[in-house]
Amino acid sequence: MSATGEAGTSAQPASAHRGAPVETPFRRFVAEFLESPVAAIALAVLVVIVALALLAPWIAPQNPYDLAQVDVMDNRLPPGSTSMMTGMVYLLGTDGAGRDLVSAMLYGLRISLAVGVASGLIAMAIGAVVGLVAAYVGGRVETLIMRVVDLQLSFPAILIALMLVAVLGKGVDKIIVALITVQWAYYARTVRSSALVERRKEYVEAARCLGLSHRRILFRHVLPNCLPPLIVVATVQTAHAIALEATLSFLGVGLPQTEPSLGLLISNGFEYVLSGKYWISTFPGLALLVTIMTINLVGDQLRDILNPRLKR
Amino acid sequence: MKASLAPTAATDDAVLVVEDLATHFFTRAGTVKAVDGVSFRVGAGEIMGLVGESGSGKSITGFSILGLIDPPGRIVAGSVRFRGDDLVGLDEEALRRLRGNRIAMIFQDPMMTLNPVLRIDTQMVEAVQAHARVSRAEALERARLALDKVGIPAPERRLKAYPHELSGGMRQRVAIAIAFINKPDLIIADEPTTALDVTIQAQILYEAQKLCRETGTAMIWITHDLAVVSALADHIAVMYAGRIVEQGPAGDVIGRPLHPYTEGLIGSVPSHNRRGQPLVQIPGMTPSLLALPAGCAFNSRCRYADEACRAEPPFQRIEGAREVRCVRPLTTERAA
Repeated sequence: MSATGEAGTSAQPASAHRGAPVETPFRRFVAEFLESPVAAIALAVLVVIVALALLAPWIAPQNPYDLAQVDVMDNRLPPGSTSMMTGMVYLLGTDGAGRDLVSAMLYGLRISLAVGVASGLIAMAIGAVVGLVAAYVGGRVETLIMRVVDLQLSFPAILIALMLVAVLGKGVDKIIVALITVQWAYYARTVRSSALVERRKEYVEAARCLGLSHRRILFRHVLPNCLPPLIVVATVQTAHAIALEATLSFLGVGLPQTEPSLGLLISNGFEYVLSGKYWISTFPGLALLVTIMTINLVGDQLRDILNPRLKR
Repeated sequence: MKASLAPTAATDDAVLVVEDLATHFFTRAGTVKAVDGVSFRVGAGEIMGLVGESGSGKSITGFSILGLIDPPGRIVAGSVRFRGDDLVGLDEEALRRLRGNRIAMIFQDPMMTLNPVLRIDTQMVEAVQAHARVSRAEALERARLALDKVGIPAPERRLKAYPHELSGGMRQRVAIAIAFINKPDLIIADEPTTALDVTIQAQILYEAQKLCRETGTAMIWITHDLAVVSALADHIAVMYAGRIVEQGPAGDVIGRPLHPYTEGLIGSVPSHNRRGQPLVQIPGMTPSLLALPAGCAFNSRCRYADEACRAEPPFQRIEGAREVRCVRPLTTERAA
């Protein structure tokens, strides 16, 4: 213990970030990310998906929330059919309520992504603060926080979410609250483990020697260095959140019928699958699958390039 | 800062007076007396070399001055008088205002002490704004001037760089610039040149010395390298096992060491004067602070040691400014 000063200084090589001196860290990051063709394609697809979701109100052939535009007479038409009333072509068919499936999916994607990203971001913010404080303060505070995290993580996420939704009721905001409650602990654990490593590093000691406040050291110095693992967890957790929301909606406890997410669309079409009307469930299912898969592929590549142990 | 204590005759011109400082670590294996009764003083513009092997307590001494000892460590005794005020027991906020402002620190490895994800300008502006209410533009200007002062060419461009884009020597210059940026009274440099090439080391030593002389900043230069301090320091204190075993003016300590350990350290520096002869070494290694030999801590490795060394050696004053903790210091007759 007496030699903390000396021992800490000499242990690590000074070359962790050496090489490629001209480019900015961001540019190198992008270049490394695009090295894998799979990741590049996944990222491109994800960008398209996000763009589609964002632009849904402008590119969707129909507003599926507007009952005036939806004709129940057109329900369960197979892909490629033409509307008997308006002459509109239903590329992917219609669902049980006569909604154009393309439009319903675009809007559903929008809700699914919004719920997933919003809950992911808020959960990340909460988890990051909690994890940082736990690692930095240590002692009983840390023990208490981490036991709560352990407790939280020992329950299946779907069970907690179901219970919360049962208590809170339906609605987008309630689903988001439920998803945050389920997710924050993952972020807290990730941030704490990397913050525990970071706070022992010399730049933290140096920052203390500069007379910076604890808050500044935590959020300006330690947090940015904990970001790489956090970003990886964030992508994976966002994918989880989207899947979890779809599950809840599929079980009928998620979003209201009037604002169907992908999960709800799958659920709506489920009863018709065996009667040969495959498209109502299949296409939203595929959209969900592709979304989650691309997010995970992007997350995998992020993990590969952000993990110093896998550095080539 | 709290009200100044009545300055004693010895403290009025000194920036820092450390008296009987003791920092102990209360570990499960026992109490580690990392710093055990250390006293020294540093005047304005003066450079003091604190020399010792790994684990001798020199770094812990530095951190104790700044009040940065984390549990299980604790300052158990002594005083650290900085400009007359005792820093031991000062509250955390008062210490925070001193750190980086009146007392700055330079570390060994500049790659590790500069935050890898923040640009140089961010880190320097932060250092200024932690202690002075100035605009970002003003802080940036001070940063540019500070970089210029430590001999960094094209400071504007360096400010925009990330630490990994700079060479080791350049990074250490940045670290020194950050240390000097708030014009501190005292800088504690913890082995700042150990990780650098010799040519770069010489440049850094030159800059540090020049800045100290120009600004009147006192400096404690912690190192294991006697060759470095012999050229740089005005005053040298040699630490062994948590205690200062010898201190005095640099020329005297290097030229005529009084303590056998100092003599061994000097002998261990390879020199062209003794080419072809076997190199001198101090046998053995630093004893564990948990199991120090009785009496003089150096007696297990000292070639002059005998029965008398089993007793606690006195700290005696010799030739005015020199002090040595040895039963029989190496006076001229003995060394002959």
